[in-house]
Amino acid sequence: MGFSDVYDFRAGKKSWGSYGLPREGTEVPERTAGSVAHRDVPTCTLDEPLASVRKRVRAAGWDTCVVVNEQRVVLGRLGREALAGDDERSIAASMSPGPSTVRPSIGADALLERMHARSLTSYLVTTPDGRLVGVVRREDLDVREPTRQG
Amino acid sequence: MPRAIDTDELQRLLGEQNVQLVEVLPASNYEKEHIRSAINIPLRELDDRAPVELERERPVVVYCNDYQ
Repeated sequence: MGFSDVYDFRAGKKSWGSYGLPREGTEVPERTAGSVAHRDVPTCTLDEPLASVRKRVRAAGWDTCVVVNEQRVVLGRLGREALAGDDERSIAASMSPGPSTVRPSIGADALLERMHARSLTSYLVTTPDGRLVGVVRREDLDVREPTRQG
Repeated sequence: MPRAIDTDELQRLLGEQNVQLVEVLPASNYEKEHIRSAINIPLRELDDRAPVELERERPVVVYCNDYQ
């Protein structure tokens, strides 16, 4: 047909979406895990001392920290209890390995449903190759959740 | 023969060049979901429509659902 500069994006649109990259269409959710994720969630590496991680995480106003490698691939997660643990413990011994993750393309409603079904209050959002995008908390999704009355 | 590119390369092309991004799936599939800025020319219509709707001097990237 006379076209000289032609490329084939073989991974296709499903893969594109799973990285949280821009899509359009009648079935593309307006809000997705990727669009609501807190990308500023603190991270640490396996070789950091727990005490300094705790200090940094708390100073940033968080109570969780994602353990990643140099490529930002998720290795585990430190929750509130783990962060408050013994200073002598390593990050590897303190973290919960292999935390639950979702892709950035999942719709907010579907994610909220999954959180309720599994009694989870947050999810890590990662790309298909395991790199951290951010964290989504249930309250970010459920605007209809009843507020606590004082 | 089109050259295969990955996600990183497509992002780069979309950012740097005046690329014509074409989804070759049926229109009903395109309407439900497509990559932002893509146009739709279903595969069976490609031979007829591409010479009319696409510019030869600009790069063209085609895609479908996934690699099969």
